[in-house]
Amino acid sequence: MLEIKNLHARIAEDGTEIIRGLNLSVKAGEVAAIMGPNGSGKSTLSYVLAGRDDYEVTEGDILFNGESVLEMDPAERAAAGVFLAFQYPLEIPGVATMEFLKVALNAQRKARGEEPLKIPDLMKRVRAAADELGMDMAMLKRPLNVGFSGGEKKRAEILQMKLLEPKLCVLDETDSGLDIDALKIVADGVNALRSPDRAMVVITHYQRLLQYIVPDSVHVLYRGQVVKSGDKDLALQLEEKGYADLVGEAA
Amino acid sequence: MNVQTQPQRTAAESALVQAFADRVSELPGSAAVTVRRDAAVETLKAGLPTRKVEAWHYTDLRRLLASVPEFAAENAAEAVTPLLDGAAVLPLLGGVAGEAAAMPEGASVEPLAPRLTDGSFDALLTAERGDTVGTINSAFVSDGFVVRIAEGAALAAPLELQNVHAGGQAHGRFVVEAGAGARATVIERQTGGGEALVSSVSHLELGEGADVTWLVVQEQPEDATHLAQFRATLARDARLTLFVMNAGGRLVRQEVLVTAAGEGSEFRLRGVNLLAGETHCDVTMVLDHDAPSTVSTETLRNVVTGRARGVFQGQIRVDREAQKTDAKMACNTLLLSDDGEFSAKPELEIFADDVACGHGATVTEIDRNHLFYLMARGIDEKTARGLLVKAFLAEVIEELDDEPVVEALEAKLDAWFATHG
Repeated sequence: MLEIKNLHARIAEDGTEIIRGLNLSVKAGEVAAIMGPNGSGKSTLSYVLAGRDDYEVTEGDILFNGESVLEMDPAERAAAGVFLAFQYPLEIPGVATMEFLKVALNAQRKARGEEPLKIPDLMKRVRAAADELGMDMAMLKRPLNVGFSGGEKKRAEILQMKLLEPKLCVLDETDSGLDIDALKIVADGVNALRSPDRAMVVITHYQRLLQYIVPDSVHVLYRGQVVKSGDKDLALQLEEKGYADLVGEAA
Repeated sequence: MNVQTQPQRTAAESALVQAFADRVSELPGSAAVTVRRDAAVETLKAGLPTRKVEAWHYTDLRRLLASVPEFAAENAAEAVTPLLDGAAVLPLLGGVAGEAAAMPEGASVEPLAPRLTDGSFDALLTAERGDTVGTINSAFVSDGFVVRIAEGAALAAPLELQNVHAGGQAHGRFVVEAGAGARATVIERQTGGGEALVSSVSHLELGEGADVTWLVVQEQPEDATHLAQFRATLARDARLTLFVMNAGGRLVRQEVLVTAAGEGSEFRLRGVNLLAGETHCDVTMVLDHDAPSTVSTETLRNVVTGRARGVFQGQIRVDREAQKTDAKMACNTLLLSDDGEFSAKPELEIFADDVACGHGATVTEIDRNHLFYLMARGIDEKTARGLLVKAFLAEVIEELDDEPVVEALEAKLDAWFATHG
């Protein structure tokens, strides 16, 4: 489903190369964990997948269901089924959460040639998804993410993911800033979305999240490259020995 | 005395003087009114203000007022649908008072023309050199409405003052006196069709403890010049919220002249300026805090696209007597094009020593992070930008905290974006 080939990407503003020849392949139904020390390029990878224009791809390609997404803007990628759950979801004053959900859902439906959702149908879906995540509907009357706690913001991201039903979910440090209860709720939300026709890329610094979202594959990112891949045991190994060993091996 | 020497009258200046000569025989007015009109025209003959006049520094009226249309042969203006359902409409059509709707209990209305004829309102007309908008209006105004809201009355329906033209020239005055403890919502609509020179002056007097929300909705056609003035005086403990929406016009000057005259009075100015195309729009406020413990807050949000230019001048003067004044002014602009511009000039003149006054002005572009977040959810760039711009403006509108008003104004925003977005 996702094929990243010899990807090189740099910061557009100053030309600093962050991703340096990254290869990764994630099949439909697979949950791939990306781990790595700080500064290895994890978040950059998530932004490049989502199409943020602060980064330039200078070499290589990203194929999604066999087609390159490099020429697509973030909205087009989202409509094609790519979803990025942000590490730091943004507060957007003045944009009501419910209005945002409606516009986003209907924009994606429109791009796929589907009819817009009627308000009662939308409300029903939102209420069901919010219930599962233990979110209060009153929160959704507020402007998008404004005044939400860290945990509430992460839940709101998963709520959006549930509603938008993407094919490729990229979760960027979804565990950061969550206490254990919130982590379980978020992980349950993610696990409920696991399906044979959906792939997930779970980016995390710590193994903790992977106890709750058990990955099919684990990839270690270092200096913008995947330096080691394995199964879920690799994550445990990293937890035990830290990155230093591995990084030594790679260097 | 300073004598400003003008080399030669511009086409617009000549047209104004000529229009008065053509019009003078039809203008209503007692002898006292006639004297005031003549004085106004003498002031106009000295020429329109240029950028050398401080109050007009960012709006060089002499240069910007390219032409002045003649008065239309016949008055074809028609009243428009009120902003709020159930509003009592007072239509001023092409400068002439039409039939007013039945007033809600506690309010009464009369046309202004008879009051000019009998001279009882002659003091409304001014010819001060610094007051160009008031002077032009004083020379030409023939009608308007005088509204009185009784002491303690809480109006069950909003009042809507409409100044509507069908091209040519239209000059109007609205006078509203709110008695002690009165509560009302007043809407001032400024609109029409065709090339026009419009001047409009509104006077609002708030009695002790009166509470008025006044909404100015300006949607002039793109070839209209709109010169407007809003004057208000607040007695003790009176509260005034003035909301100004500028969403049209080629050359717009909206002056806001408010005096917090009574102790404990409170003034709020909120405004959104939607500027597109070739619009030049200037909002100039002079606020006098003349009494102790008066409060004012001013928040303007502006969106500039195309080659539009916007101006906000906000002058707050705190009298020596006005201790414990609390004033906060903010002017925030979203600049959406390289060719647009916005000038903000806050000015504080403080003669009291125990006050809290602050101001801030920002000019920004759309936040790239916000834009990326919305687009990453599948919202195309144009829609995402629209959402963010609307959010920026809606924040000020929502402060009005009155659902029908907020909905009606947001509908105006949507309508503007539909044509200019």
